Amino acid sequence: MPRPIEWQLGTVTGIQTETPTVRSFTLGLPEWLGHRAGQHVDIRLTAEDGYSVERSYSIASEPELAGQLEITVERIPNGEVSPFLHDVVVEGDRLEVRGPIGGYFVWETSLGGPLLLVAGGSGVVPLMAMLRHRARAGATIPTRLLFSSRGPDEIIYRDELDRLAGHGDGLEVAYTLTRQQPPGWTGYSRRIDDRMLDEVLRPLGSGARTYICGPTALVETAANALLRLGLPADRIRTERFGPTGT
Amino acid sequence: MDEPGRDPAADLMVDGNAVAGTLMGVFGEEVTTMPGQCAHCGTVNMIGGLHAYVRGPGIVLRCPVCHGVVIRAVERGEATYVDAQGMRYLRFRQTTVTGG
Repeated sequence: MPRPIEWQLGTVTGIQTETPTVRSFTLGLPEWLGHRAGQHVDIRLTAEDGYSVERSYSIASEPELAGQLEITVERIPNGEVSPFLHDVVVEGDRLEVRGPIGGYFVWETSLGGPLLLVAGGSGVVPLMAMLRHRARAGATIPTRLLFSSRGPDEIIYRDELDRLAGHGDGLEVAYTLTRQQPPGWTGYSRRIDDRMLDEVLRPLGSGARTYICGPTALVETAANALLRLGLPADRIRTERFGPTGT
Repeated sequence: MDEPGRDPAADLMVDGNAVAGTLMGVFGEEVTTMPGQCAHCGTVNMIGGLHAYVRGPGIVLRCPVCHGVVIRAVERGEATYVDAQGMRYLRFRQTTVTGG
């Protein structure tokens, strides 16, 4: 069995378009040790001259899927790895993968709830692993996802999120669209702010386990607002992407 | 994003969790839930919750409370140099040594 820090080869077994700039890649990893929802993997690309570059990608799939995992990748126009994954990689290709990595931004049903998830753009990916794990485990832990995207075509996993929220098992999903809203839009239409977080948090109470993932500015805004709303710092876990995204 | 007076480096910050792969290579184990005490202000943080700056030639980890530098790591050739003088201590779990 390879250790998490050792590189192993994964085979691309599926590619799915999520939005115009976001795709999911399923990787078959026969020696995968299994992961916990919220963890990530490093992907390494090596050129013929030996130059190599690696990037971290959150795992989107639930731990219950054995021998494979899914990553969801936003295409960063000047990136070194994501344009290659989007434009060059086809099913059957092999990629170097190491992981699972990170025990900090992790949630599993045994940790309990209530659960508040806050996402900006592709920051929803590790939170999706948590929601898929929650659904697969049949958990009814009260859970709310607040998900900020720029426009209606950029809501990653929208159909699946709506389906999961329709199960009536205690999950509610609130969307905010910051730049462009379709006619008849009933969700929020602004950047995440104190009032929005107050409305989403209130039914869960101020003891909610909270996971925030997205561009750094959004994570800062949300984390600081939740502290002001009385959530203890040790209930808040953050994962910042840096400057890209929403 | 473009507020006057806002530190332009602030948006480049990520979490210690983001460099967990590199740190795992250095320490040989998963460290994001490892506690360590900031030598500047005494706060105990988990490594995954530190502020990480990764756009330079190496990795700089800062305390989220006082923003003091706690760990710097630079890869050079086959080696990684780690300066952890901003950490008063790091608490490693004891590994059970099994035979074989």
